[in-house]
Amino acid sequence: MSGLNQGDMRLSGHGLRCVRGGREVFAGLDFAAGSGEAVAVVGRNGSGKTSLLRLIAGLLVPADGSITLEGGHSELTLPEQCHYLGHRDALKPALSVAENLTFWADFLGGERFDAAESLAKVGLDHAIHLPAGFLSAGQRRRLSLARLLTIRRPVWLLDEPTNALDVAGQDMFAGLMREHLAAGGVIVAATHAPLGIESRELRIGGVA
Amino acid sequence: MTLIDLANPTRFLALTARVLPWLAAATIILLTIGLYQAALAPDDYQQGATVKIMFIHVPNAWLSMFVWGVMSIASLGTLVWRHPLADVAAKAAAPIGAAFTFLALLTGSLWGRPMWGTYWEWDARLTSVLILFLMYLGLMALWRAVDDPSRAARAAAVLTLVGAINLPIIKFSVDWWNTLHQPASVMRMGGSALDKSFLIPLLVMAVAFTLLFVTLHLAAMRNEILRRRVRSLQMMQASRIAFSSEVAVGSREDNASKEAGAA
Amino acid sequence: MAVAGGDCFPNRWKPSMTALAALIRRDIRIALRVGGGALIGVLFFLTVVVLMPFAVGPDLALLSRLGPAILWLGALLASLLTLDRLFMADHEDGSLDLITMSRTPLELACAAKALAHWLAAGLPLIVATPVLGLLLNLDMVATAAVALTLLAGTPALTFTGMIGAALAVTLHRGGLLMAVLVLPLSIPVLIFGVAASQAVIVGPMTFGAPFSILCALSLVSLVIGPFAAAASLRHGLD
Repeated sequence: MSGLNQGDMRLSGHGLRCVRGGREVFAGLDFAAGSGEAVAVVGRNGSGKTSLLRLIAGLLVPADGSITLEGGHSELTLPEQCHYLGHRDALKPALSVAENLTFWADFLGGERFDAAESLAKVGLDHAIHLPAGFLSAGQRRRLSLARLLTIRRPVWLLDEPTNALDVAGQDMFAGLMREHLAAGGVIVAATHAPLGIESRELRIGGVA
Repeated sequence: MTLIDLANPTRFLALTARVLPWLAAATIILLTIGLYQAALAPDDYQQGATVKIMFIHVPNAWLSMFVWGVMSIASLGTLVWRHPLADVAAKAAAPIGAAFTFLALLTGSLWGRPMWGTYWEWDARLTSVLILFLMYLGLMALWRAVDDPSRAARAAAVLTLVGAINLPIIKFSVDWWNTLHQPASVMRMGGSALDKSFLIPLLVMAVAFTLLFVTLHLAAMRNEILRRRVRSLQMMQASRIAFSSEVAVGSREDNASKEAGAA
Repeated sequence: MAVAGGDCFPNRWKPSMTALAALIRRDIRIALRVGGGALIGVLFFLTVVVLMPFAVGPDLALLSRLGPAILWLGALLASLLTLDRLFMADHEDGSLDLITMSRTPLELACAAKALAHWLAAGLPLIVATPVLGLLLNLDMVATAAVALTLLAGTPALTFTGMIGAALAVTLHRGGLLMAVLVLPLSIPVLIFGVAASQAVIVGPMTFGAPFSILCALSLVSLVIGPFAAAASLRHGLD
């Protein structure tokens, strides 16, 4: 169960230009990340960190340039091989923790791991059958992280992943990211705070 | 046994656990007597045996309004006195009131069938009860729409009181609307000269149904209190607060849920 | 369900069915839980229908003549107004992003959501119809006819209303705007739905012709709705 056996993956973007609401956010952006590599996207507010992640996730269309994933799964598109962890946690308060997680596992499909085990890893095993509405912000974030563990996808796109996590949570998350990289995954994270793992910095929008 | 004693949910639970069996027994006995007397009551010279629906219909109709009164007082308790059990009482009463109202409508329309030839006539009385039924359902929908009971309580209390003020106005308007269109109502219920042989069983049935309401209401309040405890236990479990000591006290559940929400 | 692909048949489609079933199950569950709006639609339907006699008067003969029209208008409003948040809730909590990214085609996901909505909010309306028929003095046959036309026609309402719900996400505006956008689209359904039920009660048309057209409208909207909704959601991505 190594999970990701893609030997050598390479996620790269060339000459990316992003326009939102008639305003050019960034232009001529190049980036690349290979298997086992993490890229920390930094820059001031409004420089387009989130936009870059959404471009990779296929949620925005680039005005120019292209994004490719070499060495990935041949039948799947890039967004289908990405996990996107945005500001909003995609949880339904009326459903229980387990129901939320198994829904995403069933819906997203692909190779999956035991949901209970993932919940134990993120420290939510005590709340499996409780409604997600009872969780605090940090716990909701942990539940979102459990989604990344339950469904195996090679590329993780993380938008401010450590938001709302306490110190112990950040350590736990750093460990999860290390495991993912060791298994040959790719991480692109937009962040203000240090990620807590070895990462290459991609600065966009000039110096803050 | 003062109101202050009852304010403590734990004491309330203990007290009602002792009272409920007696109440239930009294209800059953009175219902049996009432039904027996109703069965023995003579047939009406005009309506025949169908008049016996009255013995079920009238207590239900009476309770449909009585329960709204109980809820209004409970709502005052929520808004003015902030009595901790008031919104529990109001919430528990709504479905029971809706059920009585529904039975009043059902028996009314069954009674109407031989009188009018249709199951439903837009008769002023029945129509008012139908609107009352809709208001009960709306109130229940309000309770259901909000997850947190203490937040729903205030909204529901305001709505209940507005309803209590509006009900006479609605009743009056419906009467006016009905006479505007229909000069003579097909059926006049009751009247002044109700024979003793009808009156006594009717009174017994009314008391029996009121007891039935009290029994059901207390039981539903117990359920609601326990449901809220389960809820605050779950919230404590979610935030991993050690709950062994908190639960035993019980009356602290409001604080506990606030802490859990803040965590 | 391993990632390793099948041989001749791409496994793109196989996981789709599990995914769609999961989506339908989830939406129905949410609708029926506390805070869900499944039963409020029925209550709205009931209230609208009960209001009508106060406007037209309690004349039973008149009410039974207007009955099918009243029931259809009530069902139309109830099923469209509850659609408001079909995509909005998923958009607000970010679920829509993940649904868009998944390997399930967005069109199918939209159709699954609409189907779940119809099961949770549309079917109860049809179940409530006989009770309301009683209030409006409709006889058994007429009530059955109205219920049948609603069963055939409400899917069309849900699936065209879905387009409005998707636009509401794109425009970041729901509520009345959506109603204004969608209500004109539902006119054909209303025409043939009421015509079919009237045909049973008073004639002179046969029941078959308008009813077939009603079914056809539903089938067409089953196709157009998901595509239009998915297209509008894709353009609205931001």
